[in-house]
Amino acid sequence: MDSEPGITVTDLTVERDGFRALYNVNFHIGPSNLVGVVGPNGAGKSTLFEAIAGGLPIARGSVELHGIKGRPGGLAYVPQRDNINLRFPATVHDVVMMGRYCHLKMFRHAGRKDKEIVRSCLERVGLWERRNALIEENSGGQRQRVFIARALAQEASIILLDEAFSGVDVGAQESIIAVLQTLRDEGKVVMLATHDLTNLAERFDQIMCINRHICAYGPPAEAFTPEVLEELYGSHGMVLAHTHAGGETHIETHMRHD
Amino acid sequence: MIDYVIGPFQYSFMQRALLVSVLVGFLLPVVGAFIITRGRAFMTDALAHSLVVPVSVAFLLGFTSYITAVPGGIAIALLMGFLSRQTGISDDTSIGVVFAGMFALGLIILSVSAQIYPGRVPPIEDLLLGQILGVSQTDVLVSLSLTAAVAIGIYVFYRHLVFTTFDPVGARVSGIRTGAVEYVLLALLALVIVIGLRAAGIVLVMAMLVIPSATAYLLARRFTGVILIGAALGVVSAVAGLYLSFYANWPSGPAMALVASVLFGIATLHKRTFTIRADE
Repeated sequence: MDSEPGITVTDLTVERDGFRALYNVNFHIGPSNLVGVVGPNGAGKSTLFEAIAGGLPIARGSVELHGIKGRPGGLAYVPQRDNINLRFPATVHDVVMMGRYCHLKMFRHAGRKDKEIVRSCLERVGLWERRNALIEENSGGQRQRVFIARALAQEASIILLDEAFSGVDVGAQESIIAVLQTLRDEGKVVMLATHDLTNLAERFDQIMCINRHICAYGPPAEAFTPEVLEELYGSHGMVLAHTHAGGETHIETHMRHD
Repeated sequence: MIDYVIGPFQYSFMQRALLVSVLVGFLLPVVGAFIITRGRAFMTDALAHSLVVPVSVAFLLGFTSYITAVPGGIAIALLMGFLSRQTGISDDTSIGVVFAGMFALGLIILSVSAQIYPGRVPPIEDLLLGQILGVSQTDVLVSLSLTAAVAIGIYVFYRHLVFTTFDPVGARVSGIRTGAVEYVLLALLALVIVIGLRAAGIVLVMAMLVIPSATAYLLARRFTGVILIGAALGVVSAVAGLYLSFYANWPSGPAMALVASVLFGIATLHKRTFTIRADE
């Protein structure tokens, strides 16, 4: 059996309500990679994440996590704001402790070791002081860091973040990226779906451009070309500048609202 | 004064009624805490009304109603869950369809049973509005057994229920079988409704599930607080309803629901007062 670490997607086609939401998707992401997944609304970013997470029937092709099909564990998901139940009164500590649930045996409660892990995960994302705050009392950026801490508590080697920057200001986005880059350096695979096209080159190792299929995948400077932008956003997006200066990549995009 | 409080319990029927009231008051809000945070109050009401079918079938066949109510309740709960998950019809529509159809069918079977076997079928008001004073020894034993089953279910699946209620996708990705957990919650819901039927009646059993938990939601900061305060308020409502039923001869379901509603009103005023003071 192929036991290549990371995520391997082969010839993936996913249908939703009789509609081909994704087709002919092929890629491999090895360990120590921070991948930005970009594309317009309805492009299939969330569908791709759900398919990787084993939550959708696959019409064709396969998804392997660390060389294993199905759900081998070691995967964590940071949800969109709309997908969590904010009516549920949970504190920051409670949410991160949920990451330990999959490690607890049936009749066992969280022990001292679990509490220590939760503490160290919250300290890593700089939120130990806010452990008793309700999740709804946190800003969008803090909330994302809470869920990243939960993924750490889960001891996941693959972390998927869906629309992680929606409702998050630029400063908070940078602190999220800083945490994710340290996880990348520890060997984890991190995929982050976003609408935000700011500083893509500085933030990610690879960019995956999706519009129901993969339009481009690779280092930002190679993947994010004017042609790809045209394919992603049609006449609504255009690249005004895409230049290389001193080895640094600058990508500026302007959206036309006509 | 003390005679008014203790006096009624010289009768064995009141001792049985007190025990069942405490069980109902404690247990329904515990499951209710999950129901209200998931926004499933309507499903609870629909399930309670649908239970007329298995209960009336029991009267028709001459069984105790628990023999059909327990499996029937679980089957109807799972059917509702299946319909809302599989048909693509919206949740409230599919629940509404099952609710109306089952309630109508149940009332017709009840009416037929009363015509064929007059005397076997209890007054419909008792079934709809509850009759805590008529609790039998069997009711007590069945309530105790079902309470034990629900308590074990909550204990075993607590973490799964919490995670799937808060973040269903995250829970599924972490390895929890969220579909199975949903069905476990529906089965627990069916069991507590069966326990609550005799005390609160079909029409108002939902009140004992939802109102104490909703009150606790206003007062508690964390989910465990919602459960514990809800259970305490549920016991207070149920026992106060029992006294009102005994002294004022009110049907027990409305009496319990009324007390629970008054407590909710007080909690709302309390929260509003303190929120306004904090804002000033």
